Amino acid sequence: MSDDDSPRVLDLRGVLCPINFVRTKLRLEELDAGEKLEVMLDEGDPIQNVPRSVKEEGHQILKVLHDSQGFYRLIIEKSGEGSS
Amino acid sequence: MYSEEWVERYSRHILLPEVGGKGQEKIGKAKVLVLGAGGLGSPAALYLAAAGVGTIGIVDNDVVDLSNLQRQILHGTADINRPKTESAAESLSDLNPMVNIVAHKMMVNSSNILELFEGYDVVVDGTDNFPTRFLVNDACYMLKKPLVHGAILRFDGQAFTIVPGQGPCYRCIFPEPPPPGLVPNCSQAGILGAVAGIIGSIQAAEALKVILGVGKNLVGRLLIMDALEMTFRETRVRPDPACPLCGEHPTITELIDYEWVC
Repeated sequence: MSDDDSPRVLDLRGVLCPINFVRTKLRLEELDAGEKLEVMLDEGDPIQNVPRSVKEEGHQILKVLHDSQGFYRLIIEKSGEGSS
Repeated sequence: MYSEEWVERYSRHILLPEVGGKGQEKIGKAKVLVLGAGGLGSPAALYLAAAGVGTIGIVDNDVVDLSNLQRQILHGTADINRPKTESAAESLSDLNPMVNIVAHKMMVNSSNILELFEGYDVVVDGTDNFPTRFLVNDACYMLKKPLVHGAILRFDGQAFTIVPGQGPCYRCIFPEPPPPGLVPNCSQAGILGAVAGIIGSIQAAEALKVILGVGKNLVGRLLIMDALEMTFRETRVRPDPACPLCGEHPTITELIDYEWVC
């Protein structure tokens, strides 16, 4: 399931803080170190809070893309340490 | 896959780096036995149930009395004269229907305690008398079960965690129960209800940390609280080589039912 290099996608548009981060964290726990996850987030609080929390847990934010439809795509790489 | 309810209910736990989804799953698989549904057992069991501890056993043989309600927050006025285990099970299931509550309406003694403890991973002692406290310590040592001790009187409280193989046991501090009648109990000396809440909550936190394997437990550290001055201090305790239970030449090799005077 995690053989290819394309990131898995989690659509968290419409999901409020902090549940959007909780769902991101739970998904990241399932991945192996180095694997990527794409998360779709609303503007406002979600895009301000979720990337910061993801970094606090030691993961890397590879890219933040602003979609023309008004939401964001966050590309995260799971860190090698912490929960595995 | 985690259910919506699970994610939302435990979200504030999952957010903690020391817990996360995996830690919350550990909590959900844990079995904790709470001895006494009284002043200490009430807050301890409530927090353990709220935390999502998979199975919580409650041991008590009493019925709810009006004078209990000043501190035993598992029970309400409508529960007077009901068995405490019944009232406790209802409160806990109401707080969190996702946990399994097992009511043990019984008094523990040397012949039933080992069988009772076998089914649990951690024991939280909220009993109010020395004979039971020593029996519980000895049984946990024999079965190698972690034990979270708590005790309260007036404005004072103490807590101590015993993990077999990692530090001292209760008898390393107090080798034997005091003579019956020497130390007053809460029904004679009184107790500030909130003191029970603080110590019982510390016991719940200690049990959860044992389950999660995070942080530093009160192993080898007797925490002593004076709520009147609101001070907390701790006394270092080392395993006693002369301890009658866990020392080099143990003299206690079987369970003892001490005399009970109340």
